Amino acid sequence: MILRLRSTKIGPIRFVGHRDMGRVWERVIRRLMLPVVYSAGFTPRPRISFGLALPLGAESLAEYIDVELDGPIELGSGLLADLSAAAPIGVDVTGAALLERPVRSLQQTVTSTTWSLQIPDLGTDDGRLADEVERVLSADEVWVTRLRKAETSTDEVRASITDLWLGETPGEVCAELSALGRTLRPSELCSVLFERIDPADVRIRRLAQWTCDDGPRREVLPLLDDVTATPGRLRKDSDDRSTQFSIWRRHDSLIGVAGI
Amino acid sequence: MSSVWTRLEPLLARVQKPARYLGGEDGAVVPSAELSPGGPVAWLFAYPDAYEVGLPNQGLQILYEIINERDDAVAERTYAPWVDLAELMRRDSVPLFSVDSHRPAGDFDLIAFNLSSELVYTNLLEMLDLAGLEIHADRRGRNDPLVVIGGHAAFNPEPLADFIDVAVLGEGEEVISEITEVMVSYKLAGKPDRAAVLEELAQIQGVYIPSLYEVTYDGDRIVAIEPRSARVPAVVEKRTVADLGAWPYPRRPLVPLTEVVHDRLSVEVFRGCTRGCRFCQAGMITRPVRERPAQQVTTMIAEGLARSGYDEVSLTSLSTADFSDVEGVISTVLADAVDSTACGNTTVNLPSLRVDAFTVGLAAQVASGRRSGLTFAPEAGSWRLRSVINKLISEDDLAATVDAAFSEGWNRLKLYFLTGLPTETDVDTEAIAELGAMAARIGRAHTNRASVTLSVGGFVPKAHTPFQWFGQNTEDELRRKINLLRDATRRERGVQVKWHDPAASVAEGITSRGDRRIGRVIERVWRAGGVFQEWGEYFRLDRWTDALEAEGLSLEWYVHRHRTADEVFPWKHLSAGLHSDFLWDDWQAALAHSGVEDCRWTPCYDCGVCTGLGLEHVVASVVPPAGGSQGTGQDLVGAAAASSAVPVTLRPGSTA
Repeated sequence: MILRLRSTKIGPIRFVGHRDMGRVWERVIRRLMLPVVYSAGFTPRPRISFGLALPLGAESLAEYIDVELDGPIELGSGLLADLSAAAPIGVDVTGAALLERPVRSLQQTVTSTTWSLQIPDLGTDDGRLADEVERVLSADEVWVTRLRKAETSTDEVRASITDLWLGETPGEVCAELSALGRTLRPSELCSVLFERIDPADVRIRRLAQWTCDDGPRREVLPLLDDVTATPGRLRKDSDDRSTQFSIWRRHDSLIGVAGI
Repeated sequence: MSSVWTRLEPLLARVQKPARYLGGEDGAVVPSAELSPGGPVAWLFAYPDAYEVGLPNQGLQILYEIINERDDAVAERTYAPWVDLAELMRRDSVPLFSVDSHRPAGDFDLIAFNLSSELVYTNLLEMLDLAGLEIHADRRGRNDPLVVIGGHAAFNPEPLADFIDVAVLGEGEEVISEITEVMVSYKLAGKPDRAAVLEELAQIQGVYIPSLYEVTYDGDRIVAIEPRSARVPAVVEKRTVADLGAWPYPRRPLVPLTEVVHDRLSVEVFRGCTRGCRFCQAGMITRPVRERPAQQVTTMIAEGLARSGYDEVSLTSLSTADFSDVEGVISTVLADAVDSTACGNTTVNLPSLRVDAFTVGLAAQVASGRRSGLTFAPEAGSWRLRSVINKLISEDDLAATVDAAFSEGWNRLKLYFLTGLPTETDVDTEAIAELGAMAARIGRAHTNRASVTLSVGGFVPKAHTPFQWFGQNTEDELRRKINLLRDATRRERGVQVKWHDPAASVAEGITSRGDRRIGRVIERVWRAGGVFQEWGEYFRLDRWTDALEAEGLSLEWYVHRHRTADEVFPWKHLSAGLHSDFLWDDWQAALAHSGVEDCRWTPCYDCGVCTGLGLEHVVASVVPPAGGSQGTGQDLVGAAAASSAVPVTLRPGSTA
């Protein structure tokens, strides 16, 4: 049995990398004493797997974690609240589903991802942004020069950009990027869109991860039978860190992932 | 003043490992009060090394928790920003900040540095400078924080005397509150007079105010160190907690969000060590032995694991196998792990293992199938030299330990040695190679993959030890000995040699027994860019030797010179409780190859700590482990007679 979880990664926790998040999740699972399967060998580790790595510094409304279980658990809003309470601030579990094995891995499941790129206020008016979006959408070819494994390469990436549109807030561009084959990173999309802006200044947030098998694309976690909760409304009761002096605040203003 | 977060956040997207600067760990306390003149006393606990080194520090975690339990004080933490962030902070005028509330370091009432070694001293200056503070204590103003140091290196604070306001000697659990209470009144009064509050703090046992003492020199020599005021003591005594069981801290261990050097739960099983290894500063300054009740140890482990989600616990002390009920505690932890269905994989970690077969048995008990590597520290190659340093392990002991380890399934052993010890000759260095060869030979009887690593570090004499009179070996001499060892092991199958950079030992030597004049050297090294000196990529000895030369100070004088009985040490007015007669006699006994026993199980030889400070050992068992007087399963007198022409004699009045 696989427990598939959807969680947020919002706020300062965005600076905690993918491998570190793996350790964080192991400790969350152990704190809750979930009946998790351990790997064999001399150093048994809980069998937890993650989807596509989120770039360091990016936030997310839709991270997915698969936890392999060998015992029954009760899937309810209490579980989501307990998981969120045991996780760091900014990591709220917003959905869960139990999947019968065999389960396609998250890596194999995800076909595309939706991103929000918040451009800093550097005098870029939205008219310019709209022009840039239009330029990329209408181009037959989009070239990007990127550094991968210490080697620079220049590649044509237009096919990786499934869609591109202006977001709701000023300076926000949203994109759906293909997760198949050699993917385009959101920071690379930034450099395609805005040559003069350092991607390190762009606030990147993953909004959704999609899967598509023959029919229309849908969210990775089946939304029909699972349990969902709104981020930020889950208890973190061990100690309330939401004082005015902490960067670690709850995110009550976040809206759920529906409607993206 | 408010948080620097909004200015810091854009920088974090541009540095390595930004998780170092976030705080937000489980166990972290978020302050709810303003840092203001009318607010609680605000402590900033600072670790002058990278976050991943500093976060696990137990001393800092304990004090952080004790202060945050008070109503009249708050505590936050800060660590040395890595060089990449420090550069950006200077560019953008972002001051040093706490990781808990990201408020500027300069807004706190006290900045207290935990110093576990000397090579971090330049980072202390770096952090003060990043905080926007004057590095010199006499140039800081009425509203600037008081700069405090504590930790083992604070037992010779003199090289930092120009930069700090306060040094605290010994254990902090009690003294931290006494300091806080003085600061509460001082703050309520509107911080009227910095000199007056320092004199007030000097009334607390364990608190040393360098500016209240005058050092008199005659040429290079110190001739006197005297209080400037009749109100301060001529000798500052260390602080020691009588009963470790009264301090079950940390209760809320900090669980980091990113990988750190000791990423596991730590539970301190006892404090102090009286095995009497003469090179070991920790063993000398932390006496006497105080065990934590076994019941409390198991409770702290169970609650700590449940709270943190860790699956590994380290039982910490200076020699964990000496804990009276170590087998009982381990059995309980392993049994609990099996009982709780979800957490059936708890690993017990035993650092600082004694060299004996009993210890191997313990290691086997906790290893649960995994047999990666086992480390022991014989420290010296020959029995003769081990009797000089009072690490009385016979060759038979070592052979039995190694045999037990390989027969229990380990195939990699690591043996730690010091080189440059008093009276050391090339015969002793070659004996290290012979021990390595012997261990590999024993190993091959069990496995073809037997591998023995000999790890060698240059010995640096430390304050408050019997070896404080000893002239440290030169860098060239240490290198020569290391090369000798490498040559001697070159053709030995399965024996590798690793060594600590002798140049770093020289820099450590400059500061470890330095006096106030070394402060200018530290400042020069820092100004030349010498931060993170514990990190090989940033360490350069020439910065230290150039600084010494520029100050007209001699490496020979500070590091390599043998001291004589009439030496006035820079720490003469600071006491770890040890009689100076005891230290000198033990130094003479070392030169005579005469051993001392562990006084927790044998009669007192009056080192001065218990009698002077009104303390006693707290141990659950009055019988030494595994039968032997040194806990090595050997009969001291018999072993000495059988294995050495220079017998170890037991001191009068003790029993074998």
